[in-house]
Amino acid sequence: MVRKLAFSLLAAGTFGIAGTATAADYTLLNVSYDPTRELYQDVNTRFIKQWEAKNPGDKLTIRQSHGGSGKQARSVIDGLEADVVTLALGYDIDAIAERGLLSKDYQKKLPNNASPYVSTIVFLVRKGNPKNIKDWNDLIKPGVAVITPNPKTSGGARWNYLAAWGYVLKNGGNEAQAKEFIGKLFKNVPILDTGARGSTTTFVERGQGDVLLAWENEAYLAVKELGPEKFEIVTPSISILAEPPVAVVDKVVDKRGTRKIAQAYLEYLYTPEGQELAFKHYYRPALTEKDPFLATRNKNTFTKVKLFSIDEVFGGWSKVQKAHFGDGGIFDQIYEKK
Amino acid sequence: MAGSTTMATTSTLSLHQAPGAKGGSSATTEPAFVCWLLIGSALAFLTLFLFVPLVAVFVEALRKGFGPFFAALVEPDAVSAIKLTLITAAIAVPLNLVFGVSAAWAIAKFQFRGKQFLITLIDLPFSVSPVIAGLIYVLIFGANGWFGTYLQDNDIKIIFAVPGIVLATIFVTFPFVARELIPLMEAQGSEEEEAARVLGANGFQIFWKVTLPNIKWGLIYGVILCNARAMGEFGAVSVVSGHIRGLTNTLPLHVEILYNEYNFSAAFATASLLALLALVTLGLKSIVEWRSAKLIDADAPTENIQK
Repeated sequence: MVRKLAFSLLAAGTFGIAGTATAADYTLLNVSYDPTRELYQDVNTRFIKQWEAKNPGDKLTIRQSHGGSGKQARSVIDGLEADVVTLALGYDIDAIAERGLLSKDYQKKLPNNASPYVSTIVFLVRKGNPKNIKDWNDLIKPGVAVITPNPKTSGGARWNYLAAWGYVLKNGGNEAQAKEFIGKLFKNVPILDTGARGSTTTFVERGQGDVLLAWENEAYLAVKELGPEKFEIVTPSISILAEPPVAVVDKVVDKRGTRKIAQAYLEYLYTPEGQELAFKHYYRPALTEKDPFLATRNKNTFTKVKLFSIDEVFGGWSKVQKAHFGDGGIFDQIYEKK
Repeated sequence: MAGSTTMATTSTLSLHQAPGAKGGSSATTEPAFVCWLLIGSALAFLTLFLFVPLVAVFVEALRKGFGPFFAALVEPDAVSAIKLTLITAAIAVPLNLVFGVSAAWAIAKFQFRGKQFLITLIDLPFSVSPVIAGLIYVLIFGANGWFGTYLQDNDIKIIFAVPGIVLATIFVTFPFVARELIPLMEAQGSEEEEAARVLGANGFQIFWKVTLPNIKWGLIYGVILCNARAMGEFGAVSVVSGHIRGLTNTLPLHVEILYNEYNFSAAFATASLLALLALVTLGLKSIVEWRSAKLIDADAPTENIQK
């Protein structure tokens, strides 16, 4: 009898998942990275309302999954049926494309390299900036404890690392000097968490370190959630243009018949409403030039900072990944020397 | 820390010896201050590492009052996490109950080739890290795994869905019932069963009327532990879950999500639910232990079967 109950429950569990695909009954799964939870909660509510208004009778549910960007990409490759992926960096979506789940030119299918919002890397310091940290070169001073996640596992951490590297090159340094600089920087890192959220918690909750290298949106969110009286944001003289791309997973949407709606979902991110939501969650909306109102607000909120792109300084993700973060790459060399 | 663990063990030992010894302090070899030092350090250790963290969970959960506490528990994602956790346990525990009883019955009452191998196999989930437990299912049922293509062609979802979570949970809770029953049944021997057979009972009657009543309390104990682990498992489930909110998040995963969203009071509210479950489990466990000890004492006052 117990066994019978068990089987009927198992059946119920399976049907609960499979049984949602009737004619006008859609579910989308958005597999995303750590800091976008709040953004997509908002986006989903608004998009569902809009879609159901335009398509009366439709019932739309959007599911979210969040985690470290690399780990999420791995899950999609292993069979997590994501209709859309919205990850931290192009490399992770490239990895999915390589398995044939989506086309390799996904960054050409949507405006701005398929990045509806961009961000950059800034410093979060304790109130009053007691260690007087102004720019990247302050991070390698003795006695400054820097918190950043591990570039091997975290997308955000790779952006941190590359921003520091680019800072040296953009100031007339060469590769050897950049390597030395990064070496010194990581000597000042006492804790390497695996993900961006983990590092933020280490810095703000557990009180470790003098400065946190963070996504700009993550830094603003931490200040808002945990108290402007405790932290302040320092924007360095130059930083990296972080473009977290979005893509429809072709194989999944074709199988599930959700292509139209998945495409509309990603396009929604580029509408004034979508851009407004990105701004609300401290991302820099990508299409500000078309929207003077948003452009002004953008200028008033975010400190102007010289941004360089990964293609311009490093020649794209695949090169970066191999040279810096692969096994035996520059990060391994630096970290082992420590 | 290792030092204080040893001390704790030593002091427990001396505590056990004390009541048995005649004449109190004259029979104990240690001076009184050593006893108190050991007892004190054991208590301090327990307070610091077990009691304080447990209290902290409840304090943090109620930091913002009862309103937000209950709001965190009736929120749709939390409700679905609770449901999924219950469904998982409702499938994993009965299956492991059936398996555990059959395995223990076979191992304790019969001689066969490969018995030692079977015992080792049952212990495997205890020695394997839960993360590996999750990963093996990804390797088998994942899109690039052994059965990946077949499952995808037939639109059967195992990992990143409820079946995968159930499978991972069954794996990590596999040994609990069997491990609890094997020593008990071996100690009891098969004389009673043999007597029943001589008196003409069939296999089912022997099991139902002779074996089962003998192992009743051990079985309940095993089921309680199995259930506690099934509901609390994090590592293995985390690997196969896919972390889809409101769909494949169990309670432990939900706690992590809330914590990562700076939603500390809700995270601790949910955590307190799990802690409460642990306390209920411990309470039940103590009752079962107490009942079974009493029964064994009544049955066989001279021979102490369980020890």
